[in-house]
Amino acid sequence: MTAVVARVIVTPKPAVNDPQGITVRQGLATLGFGEVTDVRVGKYIEVRLDVRNEKEARERVEAMCRQLLANHVIEDYSFDVDTDGRSSK
Amino acid sequence: MRFGVVVFPGTWSDRDCGWVIDQVLGAELRYLWHKDADLKGCDCVILPGGFAYGDYLRTGAIARFAPVMEKIIEFADQGGLVWGICNGFQILCEADLLPGALIRNSSLEFRCEWTHLVVERADLPFTSGCEEREVLRIPISHGEGSYFADPATLSRLEQNGQVVFRYSDVEGRVRPNANPNGSLHSIAGIVNERGNVLGMMPHPERCAEPELGGTDGLKLFRSVMHSAVEVLTV
Repeated sequence: MTAVVARVIVTPKPAVNDPQGITVRQGLATLGFGEVTDVRVGKYIEVRLDVRNEKEARERVEAMCRQLLANHVIEDYSFDVDTDGRSSK
Repeated sequence: MRFGVVVFPGTWSDRDCGWVIDQVLGAELRYLWHKDADLKGCDCVILPGGFAYGDYLRTGAIARFAPVMEKIIEFADQGGLVWGICNGFQILCEADLLPGALIRNSSLEFRCEWTHLVVERADLPFTSGCEEREVLRIPISHGEGSYFADPATLSRLEQNGQVVFRYSDVEGRVRPNANPNGSLHSIAGIVNERGNVLGMMPHPERCAEPELGGTDGLKLFRSVMHSAVEVLTV
């Protein structure tokens, strides 16, 4: 088995109002970062799993995103998987 | 008429609902523990407010996998009455028993205050004791109650008449400044197409006795009670 780290990013869909993002943008503007045109606040989820290979890891993480990690009504997700080459027990 | 009130770890309005059912309404009450896949013969199941499973990940996201939810989904599919209040509404959306989702209030604030709701459907088991266009005064208490659905879902809800309550002013006019959380179309409560699953953010169990500042919430509990009586006498 291979130890894999999946890094999942969940963000509000473009059509969903993101008051957190708006508030952070306003805060950045107050600090002088006037060049910021938009901020979206999402979630970072790190999942460690033992699988046979990277393909299996991608399939499993995709299923996790669809079933639980993201709500398809309001959120988009993306992820990458990282095999560090070490074998787990 | 037997009401069931579901208790998850982190639920906080279960006893308030139970009090109204048992002490104010005088109906039969059963608490339904989230780990028990048994609805104990209840005629109406209430998913009360709170923070089930700490609302970790998203509101209602973990609660919908509880053993009791499988039975509630079956019960709803058979036409049983399911009533989600606040966190219960969020859970019903996560469980796909109702469309859409509840997101962070547009103000970013937790809002705990009285609201006015205009009743758009008075023909449901939950609202039969109300008049159409009647204005109810019922409090809200939430940080994530802003109703969101994509445009196609919203127009379907409107065409089917699935919007049951909208935030309004005291006269029943739907106005942006009467919308406490940024809900699309000022939606405070919706029902499924079949009319047996209701989700609402405001808390009727918190205004069912004069001592609590209002009794409009009791109208909804009484409606459910009477709907069951009618079914029995048919």
